[in-house]
Amino acid sequence: MHIVVSIKQVPDSAQIRVHPVTNTIMRQGVPTIINPYDLFALEEALRLRDAYGGEVTVLTMGPPMAEDSLRKALGYGADRAVLLTDRYFAGSDTLATSFALSQAIAKIGETFGPPDVVFTGKQTIDGDTAQVGPGIAKRLDLVQLTYVAKIASIDLAAREITVERRCEGGTQKLKSSLPCLITMLEGTNEMRRGSVEDALCAARSRIVKWSAAEAGIEDLTKCGLRGSPTVVKRVFAPTARSEKAAQIDTAEKTLRDLADELIVAIFTRQPALEPELAFEGA
Amino acid sequence: MSSANPDTPRPPAGRAGMKKELPERFRDYRHVWVFIELERGQVHPVSFELLGEGRKLADKLGVQLAGVVLGPPEEATQNAVAEAFAYGADLVYFIDAPLLADYRNEPFTKAMTDLVDTYKPEILLLGATTLGRDLAGSVATTLLTGLTADCTELDVDADGSLAATRPTFGGSLLCTIYTLNYRPQMATVRPRVMPMPQRADRGIGRVITHKLSLVEHEIVTKVLGFLPDSQSGTANLAYADVVVAGGLGLGGAENLQLVKSLARAIGAEFGCSRPLVQKGWMPADRQIGQTGKTIRPKLYIAAGISGAIQHRVGVEAADLIVAINTDPNAPIFDFAHLGIVTDAVRFLPALTEAFTRRLSPHSRDKLAS
Ligand SMILES: Cc1cc2nc3c(=O)[nH]c(=O)nc-3n(C[C@H](O)[C@H](O)[C@H](O)COP(=O)(O)OP(=O)(O)OC[C@H]3O[C@@H](n4cnc5c(N)ncnc54)[C@H](O)[C@@H]3O)c2cc1C
Repeated sequence: MHIVVSIKQVPDSAQIRVHPVTNTIMRQGVPTIINPYDLFALEEALRLRDAYGGEVTVLTMGPPMAEDSLRKALGYGADRAVLLTDRYFAGSDTLATSFALSQAIAKIGETFGPPDVVFTGKQTIDGDTAQVGPGIAKRLDLVQLTYVAKIASIDLAAREITVERRCEGGTQKLKSSLPCLITMLEGTNEMRRGSVEDALCAARSRIVKWSAAEAGIEDLTKCGLRGSPTVVKRVFAPTARSEKAAQIDTAEKTLRDLADELIVAIFTRQPALEPELAFEGA
Repeated sequence: MSSANPDTPRPPAGRAGMKKELPERFRDYRHVWVFIELERGQVHPVSFELLGEGRKLADKLGVQLAGVVLGPPEEATQNAVAEAFAYGADLVYFIDAPLLADYRNEPFTKAMTDLVDTYKPEILLLGATTLGRDLAGSVATTLLTGLTADCTELDVDADGSLAATRPTFGGSLLCTIYTLNYRPQMATVRPRVMPMPQRADRGIGRVITHKLSLVEHEIVTKVLGFLPDSQSGTANLAYADVVVAGGLGLGGAENLQLVKSLARAIGAEFGCSRPLVQKGWMPADRQIGQTGKTIRPKLYIAAGISGAIQHRVGVEAADLIVAINTDPNAPIFDFAHLGIVTDAVRFLPALTEAFTRRLSPHSRDKLAS
């Protein structure tokens, strides 16, 4: 079977700082990583390939340096990597991104064989929207299975797939058909280490690089800023609260007195809370 | 493939997209819609929160507020209609069909996009739940319109455009996003970000019934079963009035017991910061913050939590935030209301004991005498 995994290279947001004066993001020196949620999708794809045979193609859209994350994915054992890179994609919102990626997946299908499953992560840690997966599915007219916690079975001959997906208040068991798009939930598996052989292959593999034209994208008005219906008008820092927390003085007090003092302070500020707590807790 | 659709709207060129030049065919799009999320008979509270917010937007625009109810032909679906009116809707768009019994993307996307194409709303709001996000993404792509995820603030600006503000870069910055030249303007909002409006029994208003133009055999996906969460208690975290949470400052998994004991003593839910989930000390559904749950309790007690921005965005709406931290410079003191610089591991048992003393009916009687 042929599996396509769409991944994104993101700044490691734990290490992003905002400039205290200009309120701009200081990206310099911030390392980039594969979006952590995408690793669950990639691992699941590799497991399916190991179980059913076939190939895993990883795809990313981004600047030329996004090649780093593709190499990483090859190191984990992906069979092929495609980088979709072109200045026309700059400024894409989720609709424009899903357009470009869906076109690239169609091209991957023509070039290397049609995918049976397309995977993405649940969402990215920089955009956080969870919209690109559903967007790709809609554009390629694939069934979408989001927040998938487990792939219960695949019947390649019958073109059937059964999955468990998280939903509000529980887990749904769904039967659907191939090809489909799956967004994988976090914590569902653990990324393998990747073999020495894979590491050697990754270093030597050629990454397929496509411009918009090479990916067969003719209508550039659907890409980048022009293809994005949403417009970011303003970026600003959250207003800081003027006063700091009122401190309970801890000097020379027993823990018991401190606790009583804190409780008085709480109920002075929120008098309605006391009867409620007494009712619930006692 | 919808991208090959010949009547795809022609986007304005380049930076022109920054200006509002609403094409003729969108000019009669009016009214604010809220998707009323209904799964297994229950309306998700986020839908009411959105009706409260939608009411404000509709009043500013001088238009009507509509609920969209999609569900199976059952009493629960009818109840959802009544609830939409009770929480402020002027009218309800309504489709009931057996195909809408359990959530599946295909029939819900079809139902929603048909309604939008027929009745043309200018704003469409959905909850950023697993269901809402699944649906919003495919509806926006089908309609080729803009969608802003996880908004924390919605407003209407001078020219009547929806200004949707959301955190970016992990919450360290906010950005305001517009969908100027496409309709509807779509946004999702997480549960508990907007306040719950007052409920008022106002009876059933105008209901516009629509038919679902889809039959079962056209739907590829079948629901084989549903397994409810066994730990149903965890679902309450977002809606609890009192929450006690622990962070890495507690030092070890064994000290989480201190948080749980305090929570039990005052009838609170307990939660945690993210590292505790990553260490496997707490299950993921107890995580509070940007990538966990947003909470809005009357009282939030944070023990050994530094108050990183990703945690802050999840608790900011609490009425009273109490921070217990050994570091007087911890960022949590910048947004907590009450602070106490002390060792949480030693202090939590004392606090639990003091609450129990004060709150137990027995000790109250004693104090009164
Ligand atoms: C993409 C992304 C998403 C994230 N999402 C979330 C999220 O949803 N929720 C979340 O919480 N975090 C999230 N984080 C992580 C966040 O940035 C912080 O790392 C995290 O909140 C820190 O947790 P903490 O305060 O428990 O630990 P620490 O930062 O280690 O702080 C521990 C605190 O405890 C204090 N302390 C130490 N000993 C004691 C003691 N004995 N008594 C009292 N205090 C003590 C210390 O002074 C310190 O302030 C996210 C990060 C990223 C990159």
